[in-house]
Amino acid sequence: MLKPTIGLEVHVQLKTRSKMFCSCPVEFNAEPNTLVCPVCLGLPGSLPVLNRQAVEYTIAVALALHCEIQPFSQFHRKNYFYPDLPKGYQISQYDLPFSRNGYLTIETEEGEKRIGIQRVHMEEDTAKMIHGESISRTSGYSLIDFNRSGVPLLEIVSLPDISSPQEATLYLMELRAILRTLGVSTANMEEGALRCDVNISLERGTRTEIKNLNSFHSVRKALEYEIKRQEEVLKEKGQVIQETRHYDERAGVTLPMRTKEEAEDYRYFPEPDLVPLKVDPSWIEEVRSRMPELPEDKRKRYKELGLFPQEAATIANNPELANFFDSCLSLGAPGKEVANWLLSEVMKYLNARNLSIIEVPLSPEGLVEFLTVLKEGTISSKIGKMVIEEMLQTGEGAREIIAKRGLAQISDLVLIKKWAEEVIKENPDQVSQYRQGKEQLLGFFVGKVMKLSGGKANPEILNQILKELLSRE
Amino acid sequence: MQATLEWAQKLEGKLRSFLALDPEGALAKAFMLEEKLKKGEEVGPLGGIPVAVKDNICTRRMTTTCGSRILENFLPPYDATVIEKLERAGAIIIGKTNCDEFAMGSSTENSAFFKTRNPWDLERVPGGSSGGSASSVAAYQAYLALGSDTGGSVRQPASFCGIFGMKPTYGRVSRYGLVAFASSLDQIGTFARNVPDLALLTEVISGHDPRDSTSLPEPVPSYSKDLDSPVGNLRIGVPRDLLQEGLTPEVKEAFEEALKIFEGAGFAIEEVSLPHASYGIPTYYLIAPAEASANLARYDGIRFGLRAKGEENLVSLYKKTRGEGFGAEVKRRIMLGTFALSLGYRDAFYVKAQKVRTLISQDFQEAFRKVDLIALPTSPTLPFKLGEKVQDPLSMYMSDLYTIPISLAGLPAISIPIALKNGLPVGMQIVGPALSESLIFKASYLFERESGLSNLKPPIVEELSA
Amino acid sequence: MKITLEIVKHIAHLARLEFSEEELKQFYQQMVELLDHFARISELDTENVPPTCGILPLYNVMREDNPGATLPREEALKNAPEEESGFFKIPTILEAED
Repeated sequence: MLKPTIGLEVHVQLKTRSKMFCSCPVEFNAEPNTLVCPVCLGLPGSLPVLNRQAVEYTIAVALALHCEIQPFSQFHRKNYFYPDLPKGYQISQYDLPFSRNGYLTIETEEGEKRIGIQRVHMEEDTAKMIHGESISRTSGYSLIDFNRSGVPLLEIVSLPDISSPQEATLYLMELRAILRTLGVSTANMEEGALRCDVNISLERGTRTEIKNLNSFHSVRKALEYEIKRQEEVLKEKGQVIQETRHYDERAGVTLPMRTKEEAEDYRYFPEPDLVPLKVDPSWIEEVRSRMPELPEDKRKRYKELGLFPQEAATIANNPELANFFDSCLSLGAPGKEVANWLLSEVMKYLNARNLSIIEVPLSPEGLVEFLTVLKEGTISSKIGKMVIEEMLQTGEGAREIIAKRGLAQISDLVLIKKWAEEVIKENPDQVSQYRQGKEQLLGFFVGKVMKLSGGKANPEILNQILKELLSRE
Repeated sequence: MQATLEWAQKLEGKLRSFLALDPEGALAKAFMLEEKLKKGEEVGPLGGIPVAVKDNICTRRMTTTCGSRILENFLPPYDATVIEKLERAGAIIIGKTNCDEFAMGSSTENSAFFKTRNPWDLERVPGGSSGGSASSVAAYQAYLALGSDTGGSVRQPASFCGIFGMKPTYGRVSRYGLVAFASSLDQIGTFARNVPDLALLTEVISGHDPRDSTSLPEPVPSYSKDLDSPVGNLRIGVPRDLLQEGLTPEVKEAFEEALKIFEGAGFAIEEVSLPHASYGIPTYYLIAPAEASANLARYDGIRFGLRAKGEENLVSLYKKTRGEGFGAEVKRRIMLGTFALSLGYRDAFYVKAQKVRTLISQDFQEAFRKVDLIALPTSPTLPFKLGEKVQDPLSMYMSDLYTIPISLAGLPAISIPIALKNGLPVGMQIVGPALSESLIFKASYLFERESGLSNLKPPIVEELSA
Repeated sequence: MKITLEIVKHIAHLARLEFSEEELKQFYQQMVELLDHFARISELDTENVPPTCGILPLYNVMREDNPGATLPREEALKNAPEEESGFFKIPTILEAED
C-alpha cells in the first residue's frame, strides 16, 4: 500500500462574547438576522474594530501549539464574491500571520508522534445560507442569515505530517482537547464550531482537497475512501487530478466538486481599515502564566502513574473527565484503579445516555469511597458494578447503597464452605472431570455457589475453598 | 431657516447642488432649537446653522446614494459619526449634495443623476467630487458643508467655487459612516466661506472615534479660538519642481501674487523640492482604485441597493447588477484596481505604487525640516467647461496633480481663494505637517484678512437676490 | 507588459462587471493607455523602500469583548431587495456546498 501524506486545515469558532470586528453578540440558535449591525452586514460606511479577547485566545492557542508568535502581524483582505460574504472580501491574514511553526503530539500505537503546525491565524466567519426549492420548481432560492457573519475564527493549518486516517482523527481529537482545555472554543464539529478540510496525496504525488466533512468519523471515512480511490487511479491510468472534492456522507464516497471557481485569484492586500498588531511580549507572558495544564502534559503525568497510553489519552483529552480524575487523585486514590473504573463502568453509563461526567451526581469523593469499600473486601467487583451504577443514578454513597440493599460480601468461611460442599455433592460429573484435569470447570462451581449466595460470596475465599475441596479425593 | 430653504430652492433651478433636500426636518429642528433658546438652554456651537452634506456620508433621515444608481434608494439604518457630531452641535442638515459617483471624479459630471453647475459660471464645472457641497456654500444655499477628499475632492471644488475647503490630517476625522472609496486616503473635509467658520466646523467634526480603528487618539485643539494670535515669521515652501507640469498662465499669475501677500506679512518664501511628487498621479491611480475595487465589492444586489431583475444564475446576477448600477468612471477604476492587485501584476503595480508612496511621504518630511508650511496652487487650471474633460480620463486625472501628493502623504491642507481671473476663482493650497491644522488655519486667516477674499458673492447670487 | 483583450475580459469577470462588446473595446483602449502611463513608476528605484502600510504610527487598536447594541431586524432588512421570514432572499440556484 502506498503511504499517504495528509494535511488538515481546521477552522475554529472562538467563544468570545462579541464578534471579531464588531460588538454584536455571539450566540447560537437566535432568530435570523437579529445579531447584526452595519459592520457585520457590510453596509456602506462601516468599519472593523478588532476584538481584544479574540487576540488573547489566539495567543493562548498559539502557545499551546508551541508556535512562534510573530512580533509584527497584519490583516489582509481576501477578495472574492459570494452571497455569504457581505463585504465581498473576508478580513483574514496572509503573509504576516499571527503565529507559525508549531506542533502538537498525538498518541499513536507506535508511541508519541509530532504533527507540525504551519500557522495559526485569525479571520472572520461568513454568514449562513439555506437553500430552498420554490413551488414552481423552475428555480431555487437561497436565504441568508448574517448572525454568524463576523464571528471570530482561527485557522489552524497543519504540515502534511499525518500518515493515516487514524492519525488524522487523533490529531483532531488532540486539537479539540486543547481548545476545550483552554476554554477558547466548544470545538464541537457537529455544531460547526470546528470545521475541517483535508489534503491528501499518495507517495507525495498530486494532492486532492476534500471539503464538507461534518464529524471526526466522516474525516476518517473520507480519507479511507480517498486513499483507496487514489490507489486505483494510480494502478490504472497513472495520474491523480489535482482537484477539490466533497464527501458524500450517505454514499460514503468523495466526488469532484461541481465547477466552483477556477483557481481563485484572491488579490490579497493589507487591510487599510485596521492597524498592524505588535503583540507585547509581556502580554504573551501573562497569558502563558495563566495557561491551564494541557492534555499532553496530563497524559505524561497519567502515564507516570501507570496508566496505559490509550487510557491516559482518553482521560487527558476530555477536560471534564480529567478534572474529575485529578480530584480523585488529590483525595489520595490510586490512579490506575480510578482509571479502570472511570473508563469502564462510568464511561459505559455516560455514553449510553450521552451525558458528560459533570451531568451525573457521582462525585470524586463518592468514587474514592467506592474504591475504598472495594479494597476492604466488603463487596466484590461484580457487585461493585451494580453499586456504581446506582451511584451514578442517585448520587448516594457506596456504603449507603450497600447497607440499604444488603449487598455486603459474605466472607463467612463456614457458610461458604457449606455452600461449596453442597454444590460439589450435587455435581459429581463435573467434579470428576475437574479432578481429571479440566481445571477451567472451577468457574462452573464458582458460578453455582454465587447463585446460592445471591452473588455475595467473597470470590477469593470461595476460590480458595473450592480448590481445596476439589483437590481432595 | 425658512428663508434659507427658499433661497436654496431658488438656486437649485440653476445649480442643482442637491440630490435631496429636507425642508421639513430642517424646519422642525429649527423650531426645536428656538424653543431651547427661549428657555435659555444651550444649542451648541453650530446651533441653527444650515449645513449641506455630501451624499456619500450616511444619514438615517435621508437617502445616501453616493451619486450612484446602485444606491438610488438606499436609506442607511445609522448616522455617520460626523453626522452625530453635527446634530449634537445643533447644526441643521438641510440636504444631501450631489457628487461624482462614489467620489470618483474631479467635476461632479460622473454623478448618475445630473450635473451640478459652478455658481461663478453655469457652463463650468464646480469641481469634484464634492461639487454639490462646494456650490451650495458658494451660492449661499448652505452656510457650511461637508465633503470628502481622497485625491483633492474637497480642495479642488473649493478652489473652483471660490470658497475655503479643508482636508484634515488622515485619521483626524472619523470615517465611520463615510462610504469608502480608498480607505487609506479618504477623509471627510469641510467647506465654508471664511476661515473662522471653517475652523469651527472642522473642530466640531474632528476627534477620536472608537468605531474607526484608523482614527487618531490626539485631542483636538480649539481651532476656532486664537485664529489671530501671532504666528511669527513663517517659512513657506514652494515646490517649483512639481509646478513645472500643467500650470496655466492665469493660475501662475494668481499664485505669484498670493505669495507676495505672504511676503508682505513677513513670511519667507523658499523653494522646496518634492522630487517624487510628479509620480503622484500613477501612484494614486493604482492605489486608490485597488482599494476601491475591494470597497465596492459589497455592491452586489444581495442585502441592499439595486438588484438586476430576472437573473437566476449567481454570477450573472452580480454582473448585471453591477453593470447596470455603476457608471463608466466607477467601472474603469474598479477594472484598474482589480488589475493592479491581480496575480502576476500585483508586485509591479500595487506593491510598487505603495513604495513610491513612501518616497513621496519622505519628500514631504524632508521639506518640512526646512519650512513650516508649503504653498502651491490647488488646480493647474481655471474651472473648466462642462463636457471638456469627461471624454479623456487621463486629462481629468491630471487635474489632481497638485492635490494628490498631499493625500498620499496623509497631510492636512486647505484651499483658500486667492484671486478671480476672468471672473473665475483661483485657489491655493496651504499644506502642513501632520496635525498642524491650527497653524494652517492661522496662516489662512492672516491671508484672508490681508486679501479680503472671503464671503465672495458669485454673480448669480447677486442677480437672484435683487 | 502586454495587456490583451483576454486579460481585460478576465479582470472584468474577477470584478463581476458586465460590458457590451463596444464598451469592452473602449475600456480595453483606455486601460492600455492608462496602465502605460502608470507604468512610469517602474523608473524609480525602490530597492530599499518599504511599501506604505499605513500613514499612521498606530498599532494594536482593539476593543473590549463587550456585546453591544445590534440593529433591530426591520432596520437590517429595510433595504433588502427581497426578504422572507426574516432572511435575506436571493432567487438563484446555488451549488449545495455549504
